Amino acid sequence: MLSSIIFLPLVAAALLAVPRVPDRVARWTWIAVTAADLALVGVLIARYETPADGGLAFEERARWIPSVNSSWHVGVDGLSVPLLALTAVVFCACAVYGLREDRRPRQHAALFLALQATCMGLFAAQDLIVFFLFFDLSIVGMYAAIAGWGHGRDAGRSALQFFLYTFLGSLALLLGFIGLYLAADPHTFDIPELIAAAPLQDNPVAGGFVLAALLVGLAVKTPTIPFHTWLPPAHTDASAIGSAVLAAVLLKMGTYGFVRIAMPAMPDAWRGAAWVVLAVGIASVLYGALVALAQTDVKRMIAYTSINHMGYVVLAVGAAGLLGGGTAARELAVTGAVTQMVSHGLLTGALFLLAGVLHDRTGSYAMRDYGGLARTAPVWSGLFAVAAFGSLGIPAFSGFIAEFQVFAGSIGTTAWAAIALPGILITAALFLRALQLLVTGLPGGRSIGFSDVRAVEAVPVTGLLLLSLAIGVLPWLLLDLITPASAVLVDLVGR
Amino acid sequence: MVMDQSLLALLPELSLLAGAVATLLAGSFLPRQRQWVARLIAVAALLTAAVSAALAFPSHQDGRSGGGDAETVFGAFVLDTATGVSRLVVVAAVLLVIGLGVDELAGTARESETYTLLLLGGLGAIVLAATDDLLVLAVAFLLASIPVYALVGMVRSPGAAEAALKTYLLGALSGIFLLLGATVLSGIAGGTAYVDLATGLAGAPAAAVAVGALAVLAGLLFEAGGVPLHQWVPDATQGAGTAAAAFLTTVPKVGALVAAARLVDVLPGALSWPLLVGLLAAATMTLANLAALAQTDARRLLGWSTVSQVGYLLMPVAVVASTSAAIPALLVYLAGYAVTNLTAFAVLAAVPGARSLTDFRGLARQRPWLAAALGISLLSLVGTPPTAVFLGKLTVFTAAWDGGLAWLVVVAALNTLVSLFYYLRWLVEAFRPGEPAPTAGWAHGAALAGALGVLAVGLGAGLVTALTGDGTLG
Repeated sequence: MLSSIIFLPLVAAALLAVPRVPDRVARWTWIAVTAADLALVGVLIARYETPADGGLAFEERARWIPSVNSSWHVGVDGLSVPLLALTAVVFCACAVYGLREDRRPRQHAALFLALQATCMGLFAAQDLIVFFLFFDLSIVGMYAAIAGWGHGRDAGRSALQFFLYTFLGSLALLLGFIGLYLAADPHTFDIPELIAAAPLQDNPVAGGFVLAALLVGLAVKTPTIPFHTWLPPAHTDASAIGSAVLAAVLLKMGTYGFVRIAMPAMPDAWRGAAWVVLAVGIASVLYGALVALAQTDVKRMIAYTSINHMGYVVLAVGAAGLLGGGTAARELAVTGAVTQMVSHGLLTGALFLLAGVLHDRTGSYAMRDYGGLARTAPVWSGLFAVAAFGSLGIPAFSGFIAEFQVFAGSIGTTAWAAIALPGILITAALFLRALQLLVTGLPGGRSIGFSDVRAVEAVPVTGLLLLSLAIGVLPWLLLDLITPASAVLVDLVGR
Repeated sequence: MVMDQSLLALLPELSLLAGAVATLLAGSFLPRQRQWVARLIAVAALLTAAVSAALAFPSHQDGRSGGGDAETVFGAFVLDTATGVSRLVVVAAVLLVIGLGVDELAGTARESETYTLLLLGGLGAIVLAATDDLLVLAVAFLLASIPVYALVGMVRSPGAAEAALKTYLLGALSGIFLLLGATVLSGIAGGTAYVDLATGLAGAPAAAVAVGALAVLAGLLFEAGGVPLHQWVPDATQGAGTAAAAFLTTVPKVGALVAAARLVDVLPGALSWPLLVGLLAAATMTLANLAALAQTDARRLLGWSTVSQVGYLLMPVAVVASTSAAIPALLVYLAGYAVTNLTAFAVLAAVPGARSLTDFRGLARQRPWLAAALGISLLSLVGTPPTAVFLGKLTVFTAAWDGGLAWLVVVAALNTLVSLFYYLRWLVEAFRPGEPAPTAGWAHGAALAGALGVLAVGLGAGLVTALTGDGTLG
């Protein structure tokens, strides 16, 4: 089941890459395959039952490299199911939006299908080598997406910067994985076995180094301060779909690595580093928000709000390592972190797709070039307003549920977490400012003659926003999945 | 130790030798347009060698723990897993070299001689990898290096002449070093076999042992193309024909690095050999990667890239005595590196007109499969999963860390990052629009076969690591 979810898009990508099928066929195949994958994930969620005693569901294991105890091991729990679903949803939305891609659409579809397979694989991986395999391949795929389909003048340069930076992260991650492997007795790359063994528990020095390597590797990908500098140029020069996938799915790989590997496998070291992680989270929240406030380019602004939003996740997982407060507060923080990953994926994905419409019409992201879009493009303005309000954390959307839990849990653990609270205020200010510059007033500059969103642009954005709304109104849909898993995780970190 | 004088145990080597002689003779009597017969003879000899090497591959099913139980023939030729893997890798590599070189060599004046030299060079590399005796090591060094000088000079161009001279001079110097070292070591230890070295060097003065061992290592470093005796590699790679360049950057390394591992394994611990070889590894990879950054000629870039790969390959050599993971890691990396490097050279051979990186523009449009093969081989050289060199890097990093050289693993990781920069520069050119040079058929096929091999080694990692055994030498 799980393997077919991973390999379906990969097989489709290979089929699209090899024969010269017509562009039209390629576009619709892409949509059909992502829809099928989404349906498969839907079936998986419907049949998912929280496994007893912190185990995995839909587990599959096959021999791969027995000499180093690495196997094709996939499985899901409450931490990974929401992210699998997010991946399927975002890629399906991008496939619909991609109907308008006219530059080498066949290769474009094949690339994004392959990228989808790597994301699915990463969130299902239960073996460090399998995890690393997909982590690295996602970098290669995203590099090709930016370099091949980016639209900035410096797309090649931004793509290279992205590749070098995140590849550095992946190498640090590999070092950390090798450290974990060697520390475990018997040596193994299997994640559940490593979690059960918790190697390096009684070795603070080696544990510190290995965790540092893991943290650097994952922090580059997330990205957190001070490893975030690759993100804004990558987003500026990537296509709308590339940006949506990068922000909505690929950034989650970093924070997912925290909750899947770093926290449960190295509880001792994590607790030791918790204050550092917390501080980095707070700094990312505030810095991301402040720099976003100063942007004049709407896409760069959204990119910086990503740093801010991912900062909440880092803040929460940091707080989960502090044994101060009660277990309940830490569970709330972890649940909030996972919810925030999903929420950010939906809302930022929608925002990047909407920003892509601006570029498609006029070739400019500069907010000062627009104004009064509410008159010329009312549907676009409405969608952008909803996405912006959702993203700044208005109740009834997923962002509110996520940030409320993050702060309730984190502040419940340590009052220092409250330092990050102004981040919400600044985010609200910057989204309101963006709305004011783009949407309100009389049409001027490039807003004149701006044609409103077409169906292929509106449908995916609306879908993402409706899902965010659904989580905001009926949060238990998501929380029932996550909560048991975060209880298990908090238990493991408290060892 | 089981002594055996059976010639049959050396069937792979004998097939190569007989094949070399037969190819040369056939080539001398055949008209220029029918030299393909000589090629067939060479390929037949290689296939015979491959089959006999596979049949003679030491099995792990007999519960043998290695360590002295492996068969040794003529007191100097160890038939252990390392030899078995080296034989297979060398033979497969020479086959691939011939495959990628057919378009370039067919109908040339020196076609059959080239095949003969390839076979002899391959034979030299195998003996180098298999021997545990200093005297045989010296002979194998000559057998492995002399064909290389000739292969480099085979193309009649100023660049090739200069490269051949440079290679020959450095090789002669290194050969003298190796002989000197062998003399010193055998003089101290009272024997040339490695078993004698292991016992005889234990109480010997550290300085004398260091001089002897370093001199022998210098010879092997020349053969492998490692710092500080690497200068011939970029020149030879750029100046020689593509097939010769593919050969000299792949096959001698297999022999030299396994030989270095066998030697370092028996050196006494008075001097910190892991640290010393580790420093050589760090210097090799760092220097070569920095030098490769500025290259604009694809062949020269690959030349420096192969030097940097020797740096990673020296990591398991450094820790060979301290961890059982070292030898399997070395063998996995060698196999992965050989297929990957040859794939990259096959792409070069498939676009014979392209010299500089910019000449590859338009490749992805005109020849998407070839561009894919180039992408796979370059990403593998970087070490991206699921390719062959990723498996090599994973095992090598693990072994080096396990052997106590965690700092070297960090250096290697940083070097990997640097290397990404120049490999990508080449790859990006292939995907830019442009008019590529015409392509050649056989090399095209060899590139695709090589790319499949790169993926097969990476994805079939379980099988590959099962072959490389339990980590003991001899």
